[in-house]
Amino acid sequence: MDQKEEQSLFKKRISRRDMLKFTGLGAAGAIIGASGFGGVLTAVGANPFVEEEKTESGLSFYGNYQSGITTKNPVHVYFVSLNCTAKSKSELKELFVLWTKQSAALMEGNLIGENKANTLLPAADTGEAVGLSTANLTLTFGVGPSLFKKSELGLSHLKPAELKDFPHFPKDQLDDEYVGGDICIQACADDQQVAFHAIRNLVRTGRGKVTMRWSQVGFNSYEEKNKEKVTPRNLFAFRDGTGNVNVNKSSEMKDVVWVQPGESQSWLTGGTYLAVRRIQMHLETWDRTALKEQEATFGRHRDTGAPLGKKQEFDDMEIDRKADGELIIPVDSHVFLALQVKDRIYRRSFSYSDGINPKTGAFDAGLFFLSFQKNPQQFINIQNSFGRTDKMNEYITHRGSAVFACFPGVKKGSFIGAKLFNSM
Amino acid sequence: MNKTSKLSVILLLLSILIVGCGSEETENAVDNTGIQNSSEQVNLDKEIAAYKSFAEEQLDQFVIATEAFVEAVKAGNLEEAKELYAPARMFFERSEPIAESFGDLDPRIDARLTDMEEEGEADEWSGYHKIEYGLWVEETTIGYEEVAEQLLKDVKELRAKVETVDVTAELMITGAVDLLNEVSTSKITGEEEIYSHTDLYDFKANIEGAEKIFEIFKENLQKKDPKLVTTLEENFAVLNVLLADKEDGKGGYISYEALTAEDTKALSEAVDHLAEPLSQMGIVVE
Repeated sequence: MDQKEEQSLFKKRISRRDMLKFTGLGAAGAIIGASGFGGVLTAVGANPFVEEEKTESGLSFYGNYQSGITTKNPVHVYFVSLNCTAKSKSELKELFVLWTKQSAALMEGNLIGENKANTLLPAADTGEAVGLSTANLTLTFGVGPSLFKKSELGLSHLKPAELKDFPHFPKDQLDDEYVGGDICIQACADDQQVAFHAIRNLVRTGRGKVTMRWSQVGFNSYEEKNKEKVTPRNLFAFRDGTGNVNVNKSSEMKDVVWVQPGESQSWLTGGTYLAVRRIQMHLETWDRTALKEQEATFGRHRDTGAPLGKKQEFDDMEIDRKADGELIIPVDSHVFLALQVKDRIYRRSFSYSDGINPKTGAFDAGLFFLSFQKNPQQFINIQNSFGRTDKMNEYITHRGSAVFACFPGVKKGSFIGAKLFNSM
Repeated sequence: MNKTSKLSVILLLLSILIVGCGSEETENAVDNTGIQNSSEQVNLDKEIAAYKSFAEEQLDQFVIATEAFVEAVKAGNLEEAKELYAPARMFFERSEPIAESFGDLDPRIDARLTDMEEEGEADEWSGYHKIEYGLWVEETTIGYEEVAEQLLKDVKELRAKVETVDVTAELMITGAVDLLNEVSTSKITGEEEIYSHTDLYDFKANIEGAEKIFEIFKENLQKKDPKLVTTLEENFAVLNVLLADKEDGKGGYISYEALTAEDTKALSEAVDHLAEPLSQMGIVVE
């Protein structure tokens, strides 16, 4: 064991990766964390399973706000919407306590539980992430309006008034298989397998208390300029997220994203609302559309991401600009309509590709749109502004929809959603 | 304690564990308990005996029910044979962890055509499912008399051989989970009884087989993890209620084809909810 490994051992941090190296000393992989052994390690002050604030990725499940919201440049998402089958509030609370412990371990790159010496039991952790780094894993939890309607949970009086299913929007063609949910978990990571492992284990833990309603995987890829990641492109090849809220500006985040004291139910202070839309993109029709038409649809140039008639991505939109008496940004373009309302949202979307639509033989691909805002109305206002006018409607169909109230962050020693589940 | 001495304590403890387990694994191989420390071994003779007698009783009934079924086939009573088919099989499905210990007999009695085709042995196909094909697809017993006669011989041989099975706690623990895995992978998909669509009979019998093992271990489990016992009781109850809803009112179950996608999803999820905590039953050997 070299000095680095020795240090990591005494910093009480053995990640999934370190563990492999460490146990390479003897064929004792399964013995680490074996019943009894964990206690021994704690006794000598070196139990790697004790939760630490600092993790390999620098990201922690603990903090003022949940992870996976302001965390920049997510690569992969595994999102799952769950039905709650817990029979009481205390049963559900118990699950969130367990999920908190496990989420912290997952983000630290640790196994979710200690394996026992008894090999007639299944392993505590499903194991496919053994040896993998944390891959900047983040986990975000939220609850949907339907959870509050379950009389057995007795939460109805705690439902924020604004937490309700989205209204029907023009051109919506929702597929029941991608709508709603009592609880959601968003796992984002630089490695698809790490994200999947996290969801798989959390769902396994929840078995008996939750069932899976629907799920969606998504991806982003980042072009780098001067070693900085730039705004990613969606499957229409346009940059998505240019005019986004600046997560580094706490004033903007407070104005747009984080629920402030008095703005909603007190358990949601420091939390936010997640709008989820599974938007199918008709790639075949898009690909045969003239570039000029495509750019008029977005109101931006494809290659640079610049506003029409401008050079740079971040040039001011100046939506009233005219040429030959005509508006340069068409009134039916996506960006023009988005800017007709004063509301802002913080977008954090992913592309998806789910095989082939069996009815049409076309790609089943599109945008897994996720946005965070302190009130769902912000999203609703923007979506209504697109209405029937949006030229984009020709190329997209909204297939899935859900809204969730995402809890505020969790302090070490507490658990996610504590204020909701401890409320009387 | 400084860092260096802490480290040596850990390394020392690790090496003790490694050496310790290495020597005990040899003993484990003999007694098959799966627990690494033989001194903590629990005596489960009573439970093992109870399970063995359950399996024997089930297979006694299986012989009797198969005899009646075979008689109906040989007598050319198509409708009677169809009625006797699914209930007879339930005795087998309940005791499957033991019945399937015999690699040759199990396929002779219970193989599906697809299994045989995969092995390139479609011509050798025999047993219950072959007769099922005759009864429901060809709608006849004619030509199946010999298959029926052989089936009875195989079932009797199975019953005789069961005496020799070395029933262990491990067989019971893995058997209970396997029974539910069978349900999850082939019963809930309708792949077990593709001609008769009587999958829910097998489904129910598999659940009963797993529940029996739980009942036998319950006293022991109660001491170790009373919460697990409560959870399992509740989850068995939930699943049994769902199944009771699919009874046909004549002592049997409705056809698999009459189930909606929501039905199969609800049943499948209830099995998963039950099987996850059931997989913790291995603590009985601790």
